[in-house]
Amino acid sequence: MTDTQIPTEQRLDIRLSVNGVPHTTTVTPRRLLSDCLRHDLGLTGTHVGCEHGVCGACTVRIDGKPMRACLMFAVSAQGHEITTVEGLAEPDGTMHPVQQAFRECHGLQCGFCTPGFLTVVSAFLEENPTPTEEEAREAVSGNLCRCTGYQNIVKSVLRAAEITEERKGCAHAEGDAR
Amino acid sequence: MKPPAFRYHAPTDLAEALDALAEVGHDGKVLAGGQSLIPMLNMRLAAPAHLVDINGLSELAYVRTDPGGVAVGALARHAEVEADEAAHAVVPLLRQGLRLVAHPVIRNRGTTVGSLAHADPSGEMTAVLALLGGSMTLARKGSTRTVAVEDFFVGPLEASIEEGELAVAAYFPRLPGRTGTEFVEIARRHGDYAMCGVAAAVTVDDDLRIVSARAAYLSLSPVPLVLDLTDALIGRTADTAVWQDAATLAAGSLEPEGDIHATAEYRAQLAGVLTVRALRTATERAALVDPNGTTGTTSTERSAR
Repeated sequence: MTDTQIPTEQRLDIRLSVNGVPHTTTVTPRRLLSDCLRHDLGLTGTHVGCEHGVCGACTVRIDGKPMRACLMFAVSAQGHEITTVEGLAEPDGTMHPVQQAFRECHGLQCGFCTPGFLTVVSAFLEENPTPTEEEAREAVSGNLCRCTGYQNIVKSVLRAAEITEERKGCAHAEGDAR
Repeated sequence: MKPPAFRYHAPTDLAEALDALAEVGHDGKVLAGGQSLIPMLNMRLAAPAHLVDINGLSELAYVRTDPGGVAVGALARHAEVEADEAAHAVVPLLRQGLRLVAHPVIRNRGTTVGSLAHADPSGEMTAVLALLGGSMTLARKGSTRTVAVEDFFVGPLEASIEEGELAVAAYFPRLPGRTGTEFVEIARRHGDYAMCGVAAAVTVDDDLRIVSARAAYLSLSPVPLVLDLTDALIGRTADTAVWQDAATLAAGSLEPEGDIHATAEYRAQLAGVLTVRALRTATERAALVDPNGTTGTTSTERSAR
């Protein structure tokens, strides 16, 4: 056998803050954020579909804004707060309004695309708490789903807005009672 | 697929970035938003030996508006430019084009200057810069130059950025007088690259008669194509213009090519329909412009995050 000279690839120690938890790991610069989350940090909620930004399954929130984790290098995500689908629910396990709405409205079937939809919709409703159906469709237009036909996903977006409002109402009522 | 290996450089200011680019020469690529570059790496269509990541250059994360136009720094994300009210007041075509750039999630990361440097003739911002007669500022270690849009786009995916140079800003000038603009396109799927897109700018006089009409075409030529269609519409108003005349005039200068997304004939048909739509809306908007309006005296800067 001949010796093959394999050049040593650069490796970098990085610190990432994911769902409020600091992580340190060592990656090559070409490590995609999506792969780093899944393989290095074990956060497999972020799904990988097309790996060129089209399907939306890998969407995470960077400093609150939804972005494609497959179109970012893990090294570039340092110094930013990353929120994955695992970070949406409350610490006590209460589902995020968007998660609850997708469950209630049957907004998922196989669930592969769902993490991307949940992260996108959670950010969208913070910007637009009372969307029209048309706005809801526009909001999810960058995410592909091959099961549902989107009807129930659009319903879920609108229902999530209602749930968010209802929960605010409950919080107010509790406040009044005291 | 996964990107090929590269050496990663993470400068923290412009001087460091220019040093790094000078050092790596033609083996280096600039990484800004990465929404075009990383797909190309993932699909192994590109394999640069070095990547110079400029995401740490917060000094370039600006949108500055003056009465004459809008300067956009290399690290301003599409979404930030799109949301900038001062920029919209002075150059409305920016937002009209940006809302058609991919999906909002891509616009959160992708940069306006990056998509210009990428020089994709299907990229909406190339047509916007061409129609406005804008310019690019290119910096290298020790010098900076400004390149007019006519000289900037050289061919498909090819801009006149030389080895060691960084596109640091784009300038989108305000169109003078009573000028209205519009950007329309048709894509196979929402958010995809358009099969055809048209940006139009129409100037009217005090009697709302058309004195100038121009249109820029997307996805129809190797570099953005700007046509002067004034001859077909001069002296007409929004009510008396025969829009089809402008589409016919444009068709004489368009040589669309067919591909898997659309035949040449279909693209020509789209160009005609979109020319009419864009010109009509631009003309209607021109009538609403206050010629003595004093917009765009504010300056806004945004931090990198």
